[in-house]
Amino acid sequence: MNLIHRVGSIKPLNEDTFLMTIESAEIAAAGLPGQFVNVRCGGPDAYLRRPFSLCRVHRDQGTFDIGVQIRGRGTQALSLMREGDPIDIMGPLGRGFSLKSEDKRIAVVGGGIGVFPLLQLLREHPAAEKLALLGFRIRDQVIMEKDFRDECHELCISTDDGSWGVAGFVTSLLEKKLAEKKIDRVFICGPVPMMKRAVETCKGKNIPCEVSLEERMGCGIGACLVCACKVKLDGCWDYAHVCKDGPVFSGESVIFE
Amino acid sequence: MMENRIDLTVNIAGLSLKNPVIAASGTFGFGREYSAFFNLSRLGGIAVKGLTLKPRKGNPPPRIAETPAGILNSVGLQNPGVHAFIRDEIPFLRRYETAIIANASGNTVEEYEEMVSILSEADVDAVELNLSCPNVKEGCLVFGSSVSGITQVVSRVRKLCKKPLIVKLTPNVTDISEIACAAEAAGADAVSLINTLLGMAIDAKTRRPVLGNVTGGLSGPAVKPIALRMVYEVSKAVKIPVIGMGGITTGTDMAEFLLAGASAVMIGTAGFVNPYAWVEAVDGLERYMLESGVKSVSELIGGLMV
Repeated sequence: MNLIHRVGSIKPLNEDTFLMTIESAEIAAAGLPGQFVNVRCGGPDAYLRRPFSLCRVHRDQGTFDIGVQIRGRGTQALSLMREGDPIDIMGPLGRGFSLKSEDKRIAVVGGGIGVFPLLQLLREHPAAEKLALLGFRIRDQVIMEKDFRDECHELCISTDDGSWGVAGFVTSLLEKKLAEKKIDRVFICGPVPMMKRAVETCKGKNIPCEVSLEERMGCGIGACLVCACKVKLDGCWDYAHVCKDGPVFSGESVIFE
Repeated sequence: MMENRIDLTVNIAGLSLKNPVIAASGTFGFGREYSAFFNLSRLGGIAVKGLTLKPRKGNPPPRIAETPAGILNSVGLQNPGVHAFIRDEIPFLRRYETAIIANASGNTVEEYEEMVSILSEADVDAVELNLSCPNVKEGCLVFGSSVSGITQVVSRVRKLCKKPLIVKLTPNVTDISEIACAAEAAGADAVSLINTLLGMAIDAKTRRPVLGNVTGGLSGPAVKPIALRMVYEVSKAVKIPVIGMGGITTGTDMAEFLLAGASAVMIGTAGFVNPYAWVEAVDGLERYMLESGVKSVSELIGGLMV
């Protein structure tokens, strides 16, 4: 696997979040929606790689985008990179979302920076009807609105304070939409309480759903076993690993704590 | 060919390795994941994920915290159990020409005995007794941190072990040489050190520990100076071979451990950052030897000039 790729461009999305385009014909050719890349961020104190899901893949251009929120040492170092810089990336890694042709009507439910992996899913999913429900805390944190609008048939945005779109949680939007229309599968990514609630809503309606999980990772390929998450297994539970068994899991299988 | 003049082979306790690089237990699974990156036959050996009699689920997440130049982990010996290892993993590993070192843990002396008996009949090249895992409540560290504990386990296991017996030591003791000498006296064929240093990380914002297990084991470049010092001390104290580890990233790092007295090294955490770390270390050592005019690894071992 070639690890050295190149930074294409960096586009700010808001005060602390940006979209980084990376030039890599290999990853662009192989990357599936929901898969992730493990990025060496550089900087003196960011020892481990940081995982980022594929946000958008431009196969024809041999590039892909990741969405990054500056949270700590690693993402801070990433934000200082410039066009043309070499960047050390492993990927694509993990299991992505299912792309089933029998799913004619799908909905994606994203919360905050959890919206990123859902964009490429919308771009690649064969469904005839695609609904996007995105939730943010406040108007300033609303990101990728136009990008999502371009890739779905209906986009609804909620903010906690109602400063943009509908007031309230995106999970309430989901409840409302599932009552209104038939959806074959729901794809969810966001904060744990939001995913938990969204999964419960889907279960209540008997609609299959998938969630993209996040956990602190080490190797990113399933060897070190640190990124454990609880899943149901044969009537009991076991730890699966987000990097290799996921990051996408069926919503029914995950035990949220 | 210049390369042909370099002899990388080492012999440890009757075990012949094509080079001194062994994948450290707990960082390399059973090799499957890294086989997608390089030919496992390039490694001197693989110390597999720590095994127990029965499958273990391991500790609750988060299991990793980044620290300056290193990581804390609290995996807690998640593994499928020794029988699944023998059935499912050995046939895979045997496709490669590399030594298989089975890392074994137990909660009681009897469990260690049973593990070693089982592994003695399995197709592995050596057994590494894990008496140093800081992330499980019973066994392991309890035995490994006292002379009496290590003497008890190693002497009883020795009687049953038909493979070269490596004892992995914890640095979380007052005097690691004393523990190493006890392992030697009880019949160990080699010692490997250091396992991780017990540490912790706290999130000041949430006022909670970062790790689900509260404490974890520190590894990575941060621990290298401590590991080097311990390898140096233990090498002087025992006659059996020492396998050195702790923060090794490059071939030069490896040379430092050999000079300190190690006969081979284990590399682990570096591989989380660079999946080619192990083979790059082999190449790096070869380069170091070429540049320094050293023809065989044995010339380096214990070659520190103080």
